[in-house]
Amino acid sequence: MKEKIISIIETYGKTPERLMDILISVQEEFRCVSEEAVSLIASELGISEADVNQTKTFYHFFTTNPVGKYSVYLNNSAVSGMMGVAEVADEFEKQAGINFGQTSPDGLISLHYTPCIGMNDQEPAALINSLVFTELNREKVRKIVADMRDGKTVESMVDEYGDGNNAHPLLKAMVKNNIRKPGPVCLGEYEVGKGINKAMSMEPKAVIEEVKSSNLRGRGGAGFPAGLKWQFCAQEKGDRYVLCNADEGEPGTFKDRVLLTERAPMVFEGMIIAGWALDAKEGIIYLRYEYRYMLEFLNSVLDDLRNKNLLGKNILGKGFDFDIRIQLGAGAYVCGEESALVESAEGKRGEPRNRPPFPVQKGYLDKPSIINNVETFCSAVKIVENGGKWYKEMGTEESTGTKLLSISGDCKKPGVYEVEWGMTIKEMLDMVEAKTTQAVQVAGPSGTCVPPSQFDRQIAIEDLNTGGSMIVIGEDRDLIKDVVLNFMEFFEDESCGSCITCRSFNMILRKQVQRVVDGKAIKPDLDNMLEWGKIMQNTSRCGLGQTAANPIATTITNFRDLYELRVKDVEFQSDFDLEKAIAESCEAVGRPPHVHE
Amino acid sequence: MSEKVKFTIDGKEYEGEKGRLLVDVAAENGVYIPVLCHWKDVKPAGSCRICTVKVNDRYMTACTTPIDANMTVENKTPELEDIRKAIVEMLFVEGNHFCPACEKSGDCDLQALGYLYQMMVPRFPYAFERRELDAKSPKIFLEKNRCIFCKRCIRMIKDDKGRSFFAFKGRGKHLEITIDEKLAANISEELAQEAMKICPVGAILRKEVGFSTPIGQRKYDKVPIGSDIEVLQK
Ligand SMILES: Cc1cc2nc3c(=O)[nH]c(=O)nc-3n(C[C@H](O)[C@H](O)[C@H](O)COP(=O)(O)O)c2cc1C
Ligand code: SF4
Ligand code: SF4
Ligand code: FES
Ligand code: FES
Repeated sequence: MKEKIISIIETYGKTPERLMDILISVQEEFRCVSEEAVSLIASELGISEADVNQTKTFYHFFTTNPVGKYSVYLNNSAVSGMMGVAEVADEFEKQAGINFGQTSPDGLISLHYTPCIGMNDQEPAALINSLVFTELNREKVRKIVADMRDGKTVESMVDEYGDGNNAHPLLKAMVKNNIRKPGPVCLGEYEVGKGINKAMSMEPKAVIEEVKSSNLRGRGGAGFPAGLKWQFCAQEKGDRYVLCNADEGEPGTFKDRVLLTERAPMVFEGMIIAGWALDAKEGIIYLRYEYRYMLEFLNSVLDDLRNKNLLGKNILGKGFDFDIRIQLGAGAYVCGEESALVESAEGKRGEPRNRPPFPVQKGYLDKPSIINNVETFCSAVKIVENGGKWYKEMGTEESTGTKLLSISGDCKKPGVYEVEWGMTIKEMLDMVEAKTTQAVQVAGPSGTCVPPSQFDRQIAIEDLNTGGSMIVIGEDRDLIKDVVLNFMEFFEDESCGSCITCRSFNMILRKQVQRVVDGKAIKPDLDNMLEWGKIMQNTSRCGLGQTAANPIATTITNFRDLYELRVKDVEFQSDFDLEKAIAESCEAVGRPPHVHE
Repeated sequence: MSEKVKFTIDGKEYEGEKGRLLVDVAAENGVYIPVLCHWKDVKPAGSCRICTVKVNDRYMTACTTPIDANMTVENKTPELEDIRKAIVEMLFVEGNHFCPACEKSGDCDLQALGYLYQMMVPRFPYAFERRELDAKSPKIFLEKNRCIFCKRCIRMIKDDKGRSFFAFKGRGKHLEITIDEKLAANISEELAQEAMKICPVGAILRKEVGFSTPIGQRKYDKVPIGSDIEVLQK
């Protein structure tokens, strides 16, 4: 073990900045990062064990004890719940003879839950040894576990490949693209290298101006003008970095998965164009571990670009050097937040930074950096190719161009749709053939739960903004239990905890929703939840804490009657249960509790 | 050359060096903005959020905000004071604080803020989290029940090679403060004392010494927290 770990550490240059990669390799090699391994890594890197542990314990794919020879990470997000994950989980437990959270005594199988893995259009889905298994049901689970017992490799358990590049020899994934509606920008015609050639025939400044003129706004959710971000970064001195955010962690979004599968060269091309525009030194794409199955494929695409002289040294003979490396994550939603992403790419805990300074000033390794979403880079390629004016003709005044929507939940045609900004929710529901819709969750848990009375609102940054996640919630769903509670459990688990308000209020609020679901809440609890959520929103450091009360706030506002049906109509109740409080001591002295009312 | 800029706090004008942290400049001018995680000249953590103010109408933490010309800062408004009180209450319900039995009582910043904001009963339900007490290190008790995750120990207590004695473990609801067993085996007297001093609460305690200053004669027994700053008010 020792030699292997030392050689892993050496592969990554023996520097703490690559601690993530080291931990990932060790976890994959030994199915855990044991205390022994931690100790060795610490001494080799010259940092304390506590320091190694603090990175290790931040990410949920790192474990101290070995996971099974087959580790099953089953998605338990809201949509997976709607599609029947409970049955699938039950069957896994039955077949494996263990509960979730356990490893079988023979070390063969371990069962774990994990939040959204970017497969909401084909749930229930799981990662088994980092390969994706979709559309699971009891029968498939029985087969999977039988295969495990027969000692089959996970690769050979994938018996059917998805469409497009999913069948590529380096992907061999059962994932389906589900591209329901290609559009003119990201999922339209595309020719490798055209954008780079055009960009590099222009002055870097002119490239930035072109992107600015398109009014392209970030597609990761926050909607910051991309051209402006590039300009700010270009103004800073020092080595510059171009980072691509492929963390796609917001439950319900999966469009970046499709872009990475079908438009990988385009994503990289966008990064290279940005590299040219900023005269950057290096590019990093931060890929969530859930998309680990694409790693070899994506590396081959990078090699391809290098062979075409579109990446690497002296690109297109213009003396421009720029290369891209892939940084894997290891399971932490907050790492999609740009400054947390930077911390993580530096080998640390994914804790969002305080701002100022902003990443454009001090980003990766404290150097000026831009971070953009996968789709933003793809859009930039087309903008450079066809001009900002062409782009601006699509969409609305404030939200120009097209947007990829990842639509899932209770509808007939879940999948990826490239639409012009400005579509109404009603039009969207018709498009996906949804019937009897109770609500649409726009922009994932951190977004808005929209009631039917607002279905004429527009999908646009100025009205209903979204990074792409659109979850259709049918009439028969228990909105509070199946959706709101699930989302709050998600935030409670995913808060980095480094700002106390986000850590605690998520715990407090999740419990309050649980009380509502359990029928134990009282009327004043509702306004309290709204008020406490406001405090979390106003005092938390990053977008996670600032939006984590949204599931509660938007449903209490838009679906108050659902709550009122479940809460007791009293102003006060004591939560103190005397009988319960003295139960333990009664048992100790052997007397039954005797409480006078 | 440092540039002086003018800005206002609660309507009153102040002057300070551009780029310095609001919380420090305010303190030098006799304006108390409460802090729990901040420590002057140490890289800010921005973790406790108690120093939340409004800068040009936006919520910001004073310990991470550099001052700039024409900043309009709100500090002691009823709204902000209630937010701060709420944070104090929240810290009391998320940890387990039994002040009468705590060695830090009277020297504790959290307790002192509880008094300052006249906290009676927290508005939030108690979490009663089960947390451990780590007594493995020869010189230090790490009483996790009282940790408020301010990161002062993580940021400030390092050995001569720059390695940290303290570190977080886990995230979100599983977050805990830990001490590196191997390094802590050799921690010096001075550093152990320093660790206890900088911890704003009673989470880091020295072994074998205790109550050397009797209750009643401690930092906040006679004067409320922040009064040392407010006397500087011109
Ligand atoms: C908790 C949290 C998670 C986020 N996750 C993602 C993500 O998975 N992908 C993404 O592109 N942006 C994500 N963002 C937004 C990023 O912080 C950032 O705004 C974005 O990457 C910038 O790129 P863009 O301007 O091209 O959208 C997240 C933000 C927060 C607060
Ligand atoms: S740490 Fe402070 S608030 Fe907590 S018990 Fe001790 S004195 Fe009380
Ligand atoms: S132990 Fe004390 S100094 Fe360290 S993080 Fe906790 S409260 Fe802060
Ligand atoms: S995780 Fe960002 S505010 Fe807590
Ligand atoms: S003192 Fe500013 S966040 Fe703690």
